[in-house]
Amino acid sequence: MTESTIKLAVTRYRPGQDREPTVQTYTVPYHDDWVVLDALQYVKDNIDGTLSFRWSCHMGVCGSCGMMVDGTPKLTCAAFLRESYPREVRVEPLANFPVVRDLIVDIDDFMHKLSEVKPYIIREDLDSLPLGLGHELRQTPAELEDFKQFGMCINCMLCYSACPVYAMEPKFLGPAAIALAHRYNMDSRDQGRNQRMPVIGSSEGIWECTFVGECSVVCPKHVDPAAAIQRTKLATTNDWFKSMLMPWGNR
Amino acid sequence: MYKINTNEPFWWGLFMGGAGMIGMFLPVLILVFGLAIPGGAVPPASYDTVRLIHLLGQPASVGNLLVKVFLFGVFSLTFFHWAHRFRYLLFDLGLHGGRTAVEYLCYSAALAATIYTAVTLFVIA
Ligand code: SF4
Ligand code: FES
Repeated sequence: MTESTIKLAVTRYRPGQDREPTVQTYTVPYHDDWVVLDALQYVKDNIDGTLSFRWSCHMGVCGSCGMMVDGTPKLTCAAFLRESYPREVRVEPLANFPVVRDLIVDIDDFMHKLSEVKPYIIREDLDSLPLGLGHELRQTPAELEDFKQFGMCINCMLCYSACPVYAMEPKFLGPAAIALAHRYNMDSRDQGRNQRMPVIGSSEGIWECTFVGECSVVCPKHVDPAAAIQRTKLATTNDWFKSMLMPWGNR
Repeated sequence: MYKINTNEPFWWGLFMGGAGMIGMFLPVLILVFGLAIPGGAVPPASYDTVRLIHLLGQPASVGNLLVKVFLFGVFSLTFFHWAHRFRYLLFDLGLHGGRTAVEYLCYSAALAATIYTAVTLFVIA
């Protein structure tokens, strides 16, 4: 019995060797429980050890295996071959990012933007807070609900890859960074909102977004960055009109 | 409070105000003036144009003034909604060079239409 196979059209780029990315097609065994990442691993182990790609957890948690699969940004550890079979699967590096090698993209821009929005709890009184058992900063289930969804982000950058605004304006802060800023702004334990708002409320922040919504469509964790951006627009607009009408009022 | 480097909330506020107006009142206006009246579902006497204009033209009545203010709100916000949309549509179509010029053009057009509306409602009618 002959084993069924599937074709994998992989974009390759070897700096110093290729002047431009080229497509190389590999034939790999087909199993209906294999994901694209399994097929790539098969190539690396059995056909071409120089093929380069990122991955770590193989279970949709680490966020490092994002690639374009048949033109859509996906986690390759969650994209099954059977979704394409018997057609060939097209695997490309994440769109909108510079390619380092083969399927590996340069994530510096995203990392920088992420750190700009300070995605961690900020407390002004951290030094004077009593620590230890019984001194937790408590939260009600309702307060947790306010931000939980936006904290599910695994920094996979699929949303940046899907965003047509980011494609046109690389300075745009982008979906995940804004969603994470929103997550900490909504956290009842946090006191850093006034530090984050000048960044996400700037002309390169939320205002670039035209509510295309593709970010929320491709997000594997249902973070809904588009909603985070809309809510932040509303909050910023409220603050702005308030500060215009009542310049004396400081919150 | 914090400071941001842009007036964007102002334009976005008008944009969303316009969205609300369009969402709430435009379907009604289309239903009444686009379908019900041409379709003959409304008795002619109740929408006679001359009479409607006459109603608007009585500034002595507070009720009429409120109608004017309401219509002014609906129309002006709708214009600014359009301006904001159109501005971003032009960006999306790739008109990237003259961002500031596009912004001036769009919002000036909305402002002009708003002034025209105000003059029509409060001065002429
Ligand atoms: S918001 Fe979703 S798509 Fe974007 S980086 Fe986070 S998990 Fe990935
Ligand atoms: S390998 Fe970790 S998310 Fe796919």
